[in-house]
Amino acid sequence: MSNAVSALEKTSFEGFAKVSETGLRGMITLRGDLSSKPVKDAVIASTGAEVPDVRRMSRGSIGDVAWMSPDELLIVCDYRAANEVVTTLLAALDGAHALAVNVSDARAVFRIEGDGAREVLAKVAPVDLSTEGFQPDDFRRTRIAQVAAAFWMNSDDSFEVVCFRSVAQYVFDVLKVSAQEGGEVGFL
Amino acid sequence: MSTRLANGGRLLNKGKQLHFTFNGKQMTGFEGDTLASALLANDQMMMGRSFKYHRPRGVVASGAEEPNALVNLGTGGKFEPNQRATTTELFDGLTSTSQNHWPSLEFDVGAINNYMTRFFPAGFYYKTFMFPAFAWKHVFEPIVRQSAGLGQVPKDRDADTYEHFYAYVDVVIVGGGIAGLQAARAAGASGAKVLLMEQTPHWGGRAPVDGGEVNGKPVADHIADLVAELEAMDNVTMRTRMMGAGVYDHGYVLGYERVNDHTPMNAGPRHRLWRIRTKQIVTATGAIERPLSFAGNDIPGVMLASAVRDYVVDYGVSSGDRTVVVTNNDDAYRTAIALKNAGLEVPVILDARAMGGGALVDEARAMGIRVENGKGIAKVKGGKRVTGVAICMQAGEGAAVEEIACDAVAMSGGWSPVVHLWSHCGGKLIWDEDQAHFRPDAGRAPTNQDGVGFVIPAGSANGPLDLAAVAADAHEAGKAAAKAAGLKATRKAAPKAGEEPEQAMEPVWMMPQGAGPELRIKSWLDYQNDVKVSDVRLAAQEGYESVEHTKRYTTLGMATDQGKLSNINGLATLAGQLNAPIPAVGTTTFRPPYTPISMGSIAGEARDEVFQPLRRTPIHQYHEDQKAFFEPVGQWRRPYCFPKAGESHADAVKREINQTRASVGLLDASTLGKIIVKGTDAGKFVDMLYTNMMSNLKPGKCRYGLMCSENGFLSDDGVVARIDEETFLCHTTTGGAERIHGWMEDWLQCEWWDWKVFTANVTEQFAQIAVVGPNARKVIEKLGGDMDVSKEGLAFMEWKDGKIGDFDARAYRISFSGELSYEIAVPASQGRAFWDALMEAGAEFNIMPYGTEALHVMRAEKGFIMIGDETDGTIIPQDLGLNWAISKKKEDFLGKRAQLRDHMTDPNRWKLVGLKTVDGSVIPDGSYAIADGDNANGQRNTQGRVTSTYYSPTLDCGIAMGLVHNGPDRMGEVIEFNKVDGSTVKAEICDPVFYDEDGEKQNV
Repeated sequence: MSNAVSALEKTSFEGFAKVSETGLRGMITLRGDLSSKPVKDAVIASTGAEVPDVRRMSRGSIGDVAWMSPDELLIVCDYRAANEVVTTLLAALDGAHALAVNVSDARAVFRIEGDGAREVLAKVAPVDLSTEGFQPDDFRRTRIAQVAAAFWMNSDDSFEVVCFRSVAQYVFDVLKVSAQEGGEVGFL
Repeated sequence: MSTRLANGGRLLNKGKQLHFTFNGKQMTGFEGDTLASALLANDQMMMGRSFKYHRPRGVVASGAEEPNALVNLGTGGKFEPNQRATTTELFDGLTSTSQNHWPSLEFDVGAINNYMTRFFPAGFYYKTFMFPAFAWKHVFEPIVRQSAGLGQVPKDRDADTYEHFYAYVDVVIVGGGIAGLQAARAAGASGAKVLLMEQTPHWGGRAPVDGGEVNGKPVADHIADLVAELEAMDNVTMRTRMMGAGVYDHGYVLGYERVNDHTPMNAGPRHRLWRIRTKQIVTATGAIERPLSFAGNDIPGVMLASAVRDYVVDYGVSSGDRTVVVTNNDDAYRTAIALKNAGLEVPVILDARAMGGGALVDEARAMGIRVENGKGIAKVKGGKRVTGVAICMQAGEGAAVEEIACDAVAMSGGWSPVVHLWSHCGGKLIWDEDQAHFRPDAGRAPTNQDGVGFVIPAGSANGPLDLAAVAADAHEAGKAAAKAAGLKATRKAAPKAGEEPEQAMEPVWMMPQGAGPELRIKSWLDYQNDVKVSDVRLAAQEGYESVEHTKRYTTLGMATDQGKLSNINGLATLAGQLNAPIPAVGTTTFRPPYTPISMGSIAGEARDEVFQPLRRTPIHQYHEDQKAFFEPVGQWRRPYCFPKAGESHADAVKREINQTRASVGLLDASTLGKIIVKGTDAGKFVDMLYTNMMSNLKPGKCRYGLMCSENGFLSDDGVVARIDEETFLCHTTTGGAERIHGWMEDWLQCEWWDWKVFTANVTEQFAQIAVVGPNARKVIEKLGGDMDVSKEGLAFMEWKDGKIGDFDARAYRISFSGELSYEIAVPASQGRAFWDALMEAGAEFNIMPYGTEALHVMRAEKGFIMIGDETDGTIIPQDLGLNWAISKKKEDFLGKRAQLRDHMTDPNRWKLVGLKTVDGSVIPDGSYAIADGDNANGQRNTQGRVTSTYYSPTLDCGIAMGLVHNGPDRMGEVIEFNKVDGSTVKAEICDPVFYDEDGEKQNV
């Protein structure tokens, strides 16, 4: 564990918004019937958060829970807590049909902050990032330029972007181009 | 001559002079100039040469419709050809050169084509393709190649950056003229989220030039009020220098924003392509004036009447001292009046209409301008510049009744609404007899997914040409758009504009009406592609009745301006020749983009490092540091080999194999796909996916399996590990991970939705390292930890979780090389540390990394197949002798039924064998085994082909695998494989397993 490093080891870039890799983050893929009691209970038991609405993220004391698809959630938590969350989930699911797996190492996370954060994303993701269209705790599974990604908005108006670890450098480079000085759009 | 006037120029900042060059000549202009207005101010009327005949050409228009004034702009990484001078804003230091001539603009050798006009008629290219046979290749093509092309091709890398931007609004309004502003106000006041875009840097369009009053104020003041009102609306966004490039299905609009074209020194992107999703689109795109077809209408100095007026009013530039105005409508009188007001001479207005006109005509007459009714131009005099016109009766055949000296001609053939964006997605047009133009048919708008129209034309883009009707129409359009977007339309009143009654125009498609061949061959329709009235008539005579065919035959409207000036005149000429009504001939298809957009804007950010995503394993940096030679595998870059300084790739591969077989080597196998399949029906599911039985695999064990498509063809392979009763981990090929995961989900979601199975692609969760070779166990044991990796503790084809050193590891005893081998997965974040630890522990065994080529050679020595080498989408497992991996017990699996078809069970299918060259050489890749005789096409018969071929360091000779007719029954037979040089190489058919057939080495 002491050898664990994130893909870009917290590299950052400052353009008209700031883009930084956040370091390792705990992430769990949970697949199951999101309307079923065992899944709902297991999510609360393991994270303290409710099963979120479509395209939303709910917050809990141990982890935050994001809506990925009609039968998939993404649990985001401290990197070191991930295995325990999986254990708690599996115990609480008690044999109900579901799949919970630690995918923390398969991912990279970026934070985008500053006044232009919305526009940095709106150049590379086909998402309505207007203030009406995207608000804190909104979550979207989409793409960043040419690769799969998901992002959500925090209460401090910053965004966090999740992508696969292998394309961390690509996503960082794309976000850098997107946030380059002089690239402010002034629309969002 | 053309020159800068003392007064006028409402768009100029005369306090700021700018320097620029044209063909190396130093010139000056003002801030606010376009390149075209600045060139005119410097008496540079001639701006280029035409495409086919290299005729001298001057600027004709003042906006996006300009066909002639195309220049090479900038130098080096900022160089771009075919830039319209009329839409290029002047900036300090701009450099431009004219195009399409040699050696110079003034003297062009290519103009010889001009004197050979008769030899380049319509359909010239097609005719030369046909006859005489030798002529195209040896005579015409070399000539055409020399003289073809407009601007030069850029030679340097583009120095600028580009980007996309996604936007979501209720109403997009294209065009910021009076109509666009008015529509935006109505839609904005209704509460719609509005995006208003204007391609020029200015709001208001041409209304301030044309004049008039709205709400009792001069129209320029009204525009200023509107702009201020819109700027104050939070729900309205206004963007200048942004063109509506295209309208697509489902309310998708492309906006092309030229962010820094006018400020190339600024930071940031040059162009931004807006990808907009909107509920409604208002096209307030205005109208374009049509030229008149008379002889010599392409001589520099002949311009659109509106353009002559624009240059005077907007830029304070005269196009000539003496301008003859020729028209078929009242609007062009505004030009005469503007010129007169600027102190310039208008010797005569030639009005093709036999009877007078409206108030504007009276005004012109009152200013003392001579007006000649029923007259037209027989021909324009001059070569590189207009020197005069010969006047004739419009109704006649062109006998000159008078000659008048002048240095400019302002022509107007009426106005055509810009219907492009309306038409992009299928909006239909109707022919308006009164205005002699096509306009949108409101009842047949392009429709969205619900069958409801989503484009609304506004202002003169919808037909009306007078200020009062334009303003009222646009107000209604804005309201309608808001309503259609689900909002309540505003109750604000429409603006009231002063009526200025104009007399009806009269269509004039040829001037004079009875012009003979001598005049028609000098009457241009399409300036950029040099298409004349005579060409279109010839096409019609030769049977090209469809407007689309005539377009392609004559190249009418196929130049970079896409026929903005020529289309209507051309099809009217065609209709005249065919004796058909114009609407029966119809228009050609309008396609995006409205004007050419940069390739950079289409690519967006995708260039250089981010041209394509490059996937990197957690150990990638090590490979880079070792200067590995990479090969692309999907979007990954995998090390092909690790050459040392001065070492060839072949030598490196040989060294890596020898080291691995003799001691120990490391392979970064992180890219292999890893998919978890879990659920009570997981066993049933993997039994369907794989050809062999998987459900009886015991937890802790591994099994190699094959996957086929439903058509029976081999699709992927890999080792399946059973994790627990309900869970399997399926390894896929590197390139197959995403595809196979998608394949699994497809079956689960669409066909077997009631099976209790979930999948997760965990490929990137792990760094996976193969530790391979007789010393592999020693290296792992040196690291310590709690995992027993002995022969008994972890037998061949078993897996185990535990600690290796400090690392949480899962070790698989599987081998793709034939050696003692462990594939060890650790969390990706620890992958590099684990790799380094293995390298350190293995130092005493001279451990070294090996690449994909060593991997390939070693598996070929063992006779293991490789997806993509032995398979190509037409191969079934039976072809490869893999019958042992096809379950006969299972009721069904994907591909089972297909593999029972006649063609699949045909004994004549080529089958896999090993091949060993007689002389020890390596069979060339892709080589075929030749058979006796030729086939029906005179080609040599074949009896097999090579699928993998390598030099084997272990055997020190060439080995190969191949598919051969009746191969497995022909062991020991020598057959011949062809080589590139025409000779052949002999190879003996043998067992594909060349190395350690009994598997003793991997099972120690």
